[in-house]
Formats: sequence, structure tokens, C-alpha cells
Amino acid sequence: MDEKRRYHSVRLDKELCKGCTNCLMHCPTEAIRVRKGRAHILDERCIDCGECIRICDYHAKVAVTDTLAELKLFRYKIALPAPSLYGQFRGLADVGVVLAALKRLGFDDVFEVARGADVVARAIAEKLREPGLPRPLISSACPTVVRLIQVRFPDLIPNIVDIRQPMEVAADMARAEFCKAHDCRPEQVGVFFITPCPAKMTAITSPLGQKKSSVSSAISMMEVYGLLRPLISKIQQEEKLAGTSTSYGIGWAASSGETKSIFQENALCVDGIQNCIRVLEEIENNKLSDLTFFEGNACTGGCVGGPLTFENNYVAKNTIRKLVANAKEKNAQTPQQSVPASVLNKYDLRLDVPIEPNGAMKLDDDISIAMQKLKRMNEIIADLPGYDCGSCGSPTCRAFAEDIVLGYAKEMECIHKLKDKLKAMAEQMVELAQEKRE
Amino acid sequence: MSALLHEEYPVESGDYDRAGEASADIKRKLKQLGVPAAVLRRVSVASYEVELNLVIHSDGGTLTLEVSPEAVRLISADRGPGIPDVELAMREGWSTANETARSLGFGAGMGLPNMKRNADDFDIVSAVGEGTTIRMGFRLS
Repeated sequence: MDEKRRYHSVRLDKELCKGCTNCLMHCPTEAIRVRKGRAHILDERCIDCGECIRICDYHAKVAVTDTLAELKLFRYKIALPAPSLYGQFRGLADVGVVLAALKRLGFDDVFEVARGADVVARAIAEKLREPGLPRPLISSACPTVVRLIQVRFPDLIPNIVDIRQPMEVAADMARAEFCKAHDCRPEQVGVFFITPCPAKMTAITSPLGQKKSSVSSAISMMEVYGLLRPLISKIQQEEKLAGTSTSYGIGWAASSGETKSIFQENALCVDGIQNCIRVLEEIENNKLSDLTFFEGNACTGGCVGGPLTFENNYVAKNTIRKLVANAKEKNAQTPQQSVPASVLNKYDLRLDVPIEPNGAMKLDDDISIAMQKLKRMNEIIADLPGYDCGSCGSPTCRAFAEDIVLGYAKEMECIHKLKDKLKAMAEQMVELAQEKRE
Repeated sequence: MSALLHEEYPVESGDYDRAGEASADIKRKLKQLGVPAAVLRRVSVASYEVELNLVIHSDGGTLTLEVSPEAVRLISADRGPGIPDVELAMREGWSTANETARSLGFGAGMGLPNMKRNADDFDIVSAVGEGTTIRMGFRLS
């Protein structure tokens, strides 16, 4: 396995960890082991989905994001709200209220990521017209799904659409427009993404498909929520900022929003990481080669279900649905109508660094040695009880066998094997004790 | 040269409940071996097709995976009923899938042509009353 440390937003708070098996059992890439009574995250396998954050009763799994204190580092600050932020405020009729409230937190400007989504939507719609594309093309918007593919479905990397995330495009647009309006230099402008998930934080710090992220920092939606909530009711009609995205851009907050914005009938929208895994398995088998587009969201309901959101994801999805309907009444334009072709050329929209298979599931770089390890693994599995109890600290008996083969665990760490051995030893001792002197 | 890794998967006729499990395990093993992504994709497609063929068309049989550093091999051997006209069966769109299979979305007549397209070498031998054996090879180097 790669020894190089990879940056992850998802971390463990050692003090709070009890060493239980909850996170162990729920990790979709088997990236957690419990050793010496504490959980450990295997860096090369973690995809920052945040499932462990959700499942941990002891709050020992945390997402490291930036804080509002980072605002000090820049002369000018722009807030980049993910559309899922709007879903946090039940009964919200107009996104303009949230934009105004955000500005009051100390930002010089607010730029909706939904506007970036409009541009990305148009770019994807045009991309889909190119001939000879792999089927289905896979959305690159959810960074957890992209990393999941890198770790578990490396053969599907060519299917990932080579267009940047709305957050990145929005950051470039925000900075460019601000610099033009205020006659300042790009490096003076900090762009702060208000994030629903740790995966976006990781995507900023160690980007995939591009050399450097255009976003300066990511601030957790949870942190901002508490500050915004009391402000929302105080915003007066005249202070409200005008939302400038289409209704479709706002819709990206929830699952199927991306698909609706590219007007692709022949698409499949899947939410929830286990559901995404099931469908990616089928794509791998070519069972879904009749599809044009696959939109996978790691979180249930889409971004509104992110681990750093406050509101129940179903309620948030409903709020988004109403906001989209309201916005559509005021402006019925689609991204294709709203985004001028010139914008597509003006900004850098393509992912230009190849996404490589991550290799974290490999037993060895040398296939001959990997084969020996796999054989040995099979022998060990045949001898394990198959309870998948997690007592050894590995999520399943199979993963435990893999850990033994890789030198990370010992067979007697299986409590059931140990019991059998103790029983045999006890019987031997009884036999010995009963032996009569000849 | 003899295969270094040899796995056998029994596949029963009409067992839709387990259909796809053998190919899923094959995929997982090949990923653990670090088989290159492009080859992995082709083996995935072919192994799934051949496993489903055993479920849908055969009287049951065995799917075998063999891996050496040079190649991945898949061998499907069934207990019947055998294909009367192999040439016809190899044509795209030709299928004898029954209603159950069709209602589950199979039977497009692309199974065998798909296997042949994805494998580097493909061989099919069939005798009515005896069974069908399909051998596929995928080069690793």
C-alpha cells in the first residue's frame, strides 16, 4: 500500500473513541480498523464519505474544515454557498435572504455555487453530444463518488465526465467578477465554500483531476448554520440580495437536480453510498450500457443529506423543491438559455489532470506475489468462523484474512480462534493431569 | 504454463437469486491482484455474461477462473443441454431465452457476441445432450 500520507477531512478524535465496531461495519471501502481499542482510518482507502461521522454515537469521527477565522487571511472575502445551504432553512421562500444573511457574517460578496452549476450543466449537456463517449458517462460532481470509483471501480475511471465541479467553476467566476468590479488582484480575494460535506474539503486540499483548487477554504455548513439562523428573520426586504442562478442551479442541492439541469432523459440518479456501489457494479458488468448519464450522490437525498448539514435531509429536499418552483416562476430559463456560449470559453471547465486508479485494494504491486497472498488469504478464510463480528478489529473475516496476509494482524486476534485454541490447550492439560505415573 | 490461481464457482440453472455472485467475486479477486483497469473491465463484462448464460440457458455448470502473471482465463462448462447450431447462437440478437429470463431483462441475444468481443481469445465447443464449454483468455502483458 502507498505509504504516502493523503490529506483527509475525516479524522478520528482518539479521546472520544471507545473502540466499538459501528464505524468499522459501515465503512464502504473497509478503510477502518480497530487496533489497541481505538479506530484507525486507512488513509489510502478513505473516500471522505462521512458515513463514520454519521454512525458514531460518541462523536469520535469528525470532519476537519476551515473556520470563519480564516477570513482574516484575505483582504477581500467571498462566500460561495452550496445550494444545499438553502435547504437548511425550512419555509424559506427566496434564496436572497440567505445570501444577504451570509454577507452580514463578514463577507464582501456572495456568489452562488448554483451559478457555477448552471455553467457546468451547459458544459455537460454539450459534452454529451460528442460521439464515441463511454456509456454511461458518470457525473464528477460528487467527490466521494469519484474517489469511490478510484478505490473500488478503477475500470470505470474513463466514464467520469471530465468537467470540473460547480464549486470550482463558481470560485473562478466569483474571483474574476470581483476583481473586475473592484479593481483588485486575484490573490487578494479569498473564496470560501460553505460545505455540506467533508469530501468537498478534501477536494479543495487534495484535488482530483486538476492541479490546484480555485477555492481558498471550506467552512462547514454546521458552523455557519448557527450564525445564520438568527439573522434570517432579521433580513429586511430591501436588504435581500437577488438570486442570479436559474432554478435548475438551485436544484443541484438534491439528487436528480444535475440530471434535470442537463435535460437528459436517459439517465439514472442514485443517492446513498451503498446504492451507488450497487449500481456501479452493474455499470461495470455493462448491464447499464444503454444509459447516457449516471448521477451518483454519496449522501441520501443528495447534497442536502451531507454529514455537515443540520436539517433532516427529507425536509431539506422539500424546501429545495419549493425554492426551485418559486425561482422558476420568476425565471423559467434553463442553464442552456441562461449561460452564454462565451462563458463556456472564458472559464477553465475541463479536468486536465488524469484521475488514476488508487490501487488501495491491491495485495501487492507484483501480480505473482499478489496471487500467493490471495491463495494464502483463501486458506485463512476457510479456517475462520465467518461471523464477521468485528472483534478482531477488521470489518469482516475476509478483511481480517487480508490483514493477516498483509502483516497487519495475527490469526490469534480472532477471539473465536483463540477460544478454540484455549479449549484444546485446556483439554491437553486435563489429559496431562490425569496421566498416571507408570 | 500452469495457472497460479484457480477458483471454481458452481452455477445452478435458474438461480437468479445468486446470479452475478460468481462474477462479483471474480472482479474482487482481480482487483486485489491489481489487474489493469482496462483488462478488468473486459473480464467483468465477459464473466457476468457467461455466468448469466449458465443461469438462463444451461442445466447448471461450473465457472472457473484461472490467473497467471500472463493471462486471466475464464472457463464455463455446463452439463447441457448443448447448442444445436453454434454459428447461429453467435449471431447478435439471436436468443432462446425463456419468458422468465426475458421478463428480467435478459435475452437480448448479445451474450455470446459480447463475450467474444471482450476476450482476447474465445473458443466455444458444444454438443447437444452433453453440454457447452466456453474458454476465454485475456492477456495481461
